[in-house]
Amino acid sequence: MKACAFDYRRPTQLGEVREWSASDDVRLIAGGQSLGPMLNLRLAQPETLVDISALSPLRGFDEQADGLMIGSAITHAEIEDGLLPDVTRGILPRIARGIAYRAVRSRGTIGGSIAHGDPAADWIASLAALGGEVVLYDGRRYRRLRIADFVLGAFQTAITPGELITAVWVPRVPAASRFGYFKLCRKAGELAHAIGVTWRHGESGEARYVIAATQGRPIVLEHDVADDRDHWMASLERQAPGLDALERQLHIDALERALTKSETL
Amino acid sequence: MTSPLLSAAVPPMHGVGAHATRKEDDRYMRGRGEFIADIKMANMQEVAFLRSPVAHGRVNSITPPEASKANVFVAADLVGVKPIRAVSALPGFKASDQPILAADKVRIVGELLAACVAPDRARAEDIAADIATDIEPLPAVHDMLQALQADAPLVHDEWGDNVFQQTFVDGDIESIAAGAAVCVEREYRTSRQCMSPMEGRGVVAVWDRRLEQLQVYTSTQMPHIVRTGLCESLGLTHEQIRVVAPDVGGGFGYKGILLPEEVCVCWLAMHLDRPMRWIEDRREQLAANANCREHHYRVKAWADARGKLLAFEADATVDAGAYSAYPFSACLEAAQVASILPGPYDFLAYRCRAISAATNKAPILPYRGVARTGVCFAMELTLDAIARAVGREPSDVRLEALIPPEAMPFDNITHKHFDSGDYPQAMRRAMAAIDLPAVRRRQAEGEADGRLIGLGCAIFCEQSAHGTSVYAGWGIPMVPGHEQAVVRMTPDGALEIRVGIQSHGQGLETTLAQVGEQVLGIDISRIRVVHGDTALTPYSTGTWGSRCMVMSGGAVAQACRELQDRLIDIGAHLLEVPIEAVTAGRGQIATEDGRSVSYDEIGRVWYLRPQALPAGVNAAGLEVTAGYKAGRDSGTFSYAAHAVVVAVDPEFGSTEILDYAVVEDGGVLINPMIVDGQVYGGVAQGIGTALYEEMAFDRNAQPQASTLADYLLPGATEVPGVRIDHMETPSPYTAFGQKGVGESGAIGPPAAIVNAINDALSPLGAEVCQVPATPRRVLEAIAAARAADAPQPVDVGIATGASA
Repeated sequence: MKACAFDYRRPTQLGEVREWSASDDVRLIAGGQSLGPMLNLRLAQPETLVDISALSPLRGFDEQADGLMIGSAITHAEIEDGLLPDVTRGILPRIARGIAYRAVRSRGTIGGSIAHGDPAADWIASLAALGGEVVLYDGRRYRRLRIADFVLGAFQTAITPGELITAVWVPRVPAASRFGYFKLCRKAGELAHAIGVTWRHGESGEARYVIAATQGRPIVLEHDVADDRDHWMASLERQAPGLDALERQLHIDALERALTKSETL
Repeated sequence: MTSPLLSAAVPPMHGVGAHATRKEDDRYMRGRGEFIADIKMANMQEVAFLRSPVAHGRVNSITPPEASKANVFVAADLVGVKPIRAVSALPGFKASDQPILAADKVRIVGELLAACVAPDRARAEDIAADIATDIEPLPAVHDMLQALQADAPLVHDEWGDNVFQQTFVDGDIESIAAGAAVCVEREYRTSRQCMSPMEGRGVVAVWDRRLEQLQVYTSTQMPHIVRTGLCESLGLTHEQIRVVAPDVGGGFGYKGILLPEEVCVCWLAMHLDRPMRWIEDRREQLAANANCREHHYRVKAWADARGKLLAFEADATVDAGAYSAYPFSACLEAAQVASILPGPYDFLAYRCRAISAATNKAPILPYRGVARTGVCFAMELTLDAIARAVGREPSDVRLEALIPPEAMPFDNITHKHFDSGDYPQAMRRAMAAIDLPAVRRRQAEGEADGRLIGLGCAIFCEQSAHGTSVYAGWGIPMVPGHEQAVVRMTPDGALEIRVGIQSHGQGLETTLAQVGEQVLGIDISRIRVVHGDTALTPYSTGTWGSRCMVMSGGAVAQACRELQDRLIDIGAHLLEVPIEAVTAGRGQIATEDGRSVSYDEIGRVWYLRPQALPAGVNAAGLEVTAGYKAGRDSGTFSYAAHAVVVAVDPEFGSTEILDYAVVEDGGVLINPMIVDGQVYGGVAQGIGTALYEEMAFDRNAQPQASTLADYLLPGATEVPGVRIDHMETPSPYTAFGQKGVGESGAIGPPAAIVNAINDALSPLGAEVCQVPATPRRVLEAIAAARAADAPQPVDVGIATGASA
């Protein structure tokens, strides 16, 4: 299939985006690795496509004492290849390396992936555990949301018309932190059927476990982390009631595998 | 000192057996092939089809908007065009009419409703999107077992049931069963698959006013058969149609069918008098066009206390889809099931009923391996079940019943004529290659990561190049006869070979040249193989059934020999000696005392200096058409034993292939590298069948995948390095002892891999009986075993529409 006809804009100033994007018939495109196929299958039929990949503010980064601000149009491959400072003791490049295939990573962007809101997206699962945030801009003001709060459900996010993600905030990972990540795929490069993430802050001891790829928003266990399968299962049953017994089992096993394989950084 | 035994032979540099690199790869590797979508013509229009959104329904109306009426064509417009009808002569066969564009009823999702014409595909799709349709949905037949129930909806109202055809083979099971020590009973299912060549289908058609002929470019394995089929549907005669198959990017059976799209695009080209094209996209390939492989078996087998197979009974069903596809028909797969299920085993009693069921799904086509992949799965899983029942090694149990080499040639219980081979040796070599004792030790020790190791094997035969006597019995629209080849020496001594078969990835431009080189001694760089054009090549049923090296190779050899006689005649005259005094050598005719005349010179004389020719020279010149049939046309029997080691994760149900060995006997190999390539590619597809590929349908017969994100094909990381060991038992009936070997690799993997999985799961008492053996199916089998006191195979009855 071929995409419906659409107008194409490629603004070079951030201010121009709002001019084009305040309508329902507009879609923003960065790497196009999710939206491209949707356009071709005519699942998305925007009147205007606004290509944000030429906006230089989205292509930069800013290292701060407590973390890293990553421009939303930075590609997975750029993170994988270490072209940005790594404040995560290797977690970010490792996650990037596991996303789909190299061809997808070369074009796909961190902001685009989060904006798409796919329950099986690696950035959503991993950054929800690390306490990552998105920075949203609507042409007038910026706001910040935790990834875990930004994703509302499968392909549903808190983004509003006219808003775009300008950056992704990743908190610095201190020594002695523990991180575990396990995703279950039928074959290399395919979207996961289950993702388990475990995270414990090396200084504060604060911990977050994430169960993702559940067909809904990621399930974040944070104030009540206990290494207890029954406890996890109860949370999963409550928050992802659509899963059948085998699927629930896979998610719990994935989280357990992430915990078992977690490493001190 | 004793001399060492030198058992390995140095392969020949030229001709049959040479490890020649592929001539066609020069253009393919440089991206210079010309495939169907590369063909551009002035004023060409593109066609997009409006397809049925429902699997079964009454078409009340199809209404294009006023603005695009002139660009939309429906069934009523196609005056004089006949539906596609592929009838079999088997008793009781019910014929179906596959409409070009649906008129009153649709029977599959994706069936063509209207053709939309525009300068490009996107605009043609825009037109299709604006067409209003009124289709009244009818209850759909979504599963082959449901199709056979008394209250099932009817796919074809006038039939009274949903059975295309039934085949029975009967034998005295009861007297053998009474004395058997062991009886096992199982139910198996192989899922519906989508054949997925890299290049999909596509057709470009234009009416040539000068030749008064329809020029059809299409991505097919059988240009001559497409031409015949187009004649029938379009009401044209053969001389009014020329079919060209350009470079074809893989077929595997998917391109062995006449498509309604082809007929429609041809009609549009004539009706609108301008070039038309349709290029299939991946969504159409997956969700609308032909499928393959979907079988269901209930089997019962009896064995003695050592596990020797004594009797086998099967009730098999093939989901043939809604229409009988042209030319192979809806009966070929099921009729084959009944006749080939016994595999390479010699046993006493056999009974089989095989039904071709009609459902509201796309027609089923013979995919690489055809019915063999399914029957191998059913037979080889059963043999493993017997081995577990008697507590012996599965390979040892097979050795009890395999046809022994001293019995060759051997007529089996269904009268299949096994031409040659040593099946027990293949089995033993496969076990040696996989190192059976080492795998059993590793299993006993257990894995640190908790995974379970399993070893599986499968042995099977591949009847190939079967001819007239076999196909006449099925009476389908296409029965192969003598295969022909034209060879022509050019004025500069090069060789042109013209064949009616189609090379779509097999390297036939190289292997047929090697045959020419073998006979005439002309270097393959000076031999051009011309194929894929009905105007340039002799009529042929095309490329299918692993027939080309036997049939077309035999024809090329015969034509080259006849050409050689003519070269000798002219050469001896030019050397001024009697023909008895010369021999044909590498590119020349020579006398015993060392004088010679080159083929270049003979070519020049024939075409340009005829005054030097001998009196009474054969006026047919340096061009020969010769026909060929094998000494017996019951087919060559290549065969293979596959052995595989897997690690199964009992927590996630995932399977990793740790080692894969193939012992293959393809007779005399024309080009061993190409045979290895065939085995590697086939095994990759077999791994797809075993672990990944499945087109699931919901209860409304809606296909559940429309992209390769949903329909999983194995990729580079899922296909292990396969180790191949060759045996070379020559076929007694073919030109060089060669056997067809194009499909073998795809036959064994589902059986071998699932046997390995079940071997791994045996401590848990779990057994998987369905492919693909998805993680979910493995986990369900484990859960079922935990729930039951005794090991129980998982129910593989009517598909629920759920997919893993």
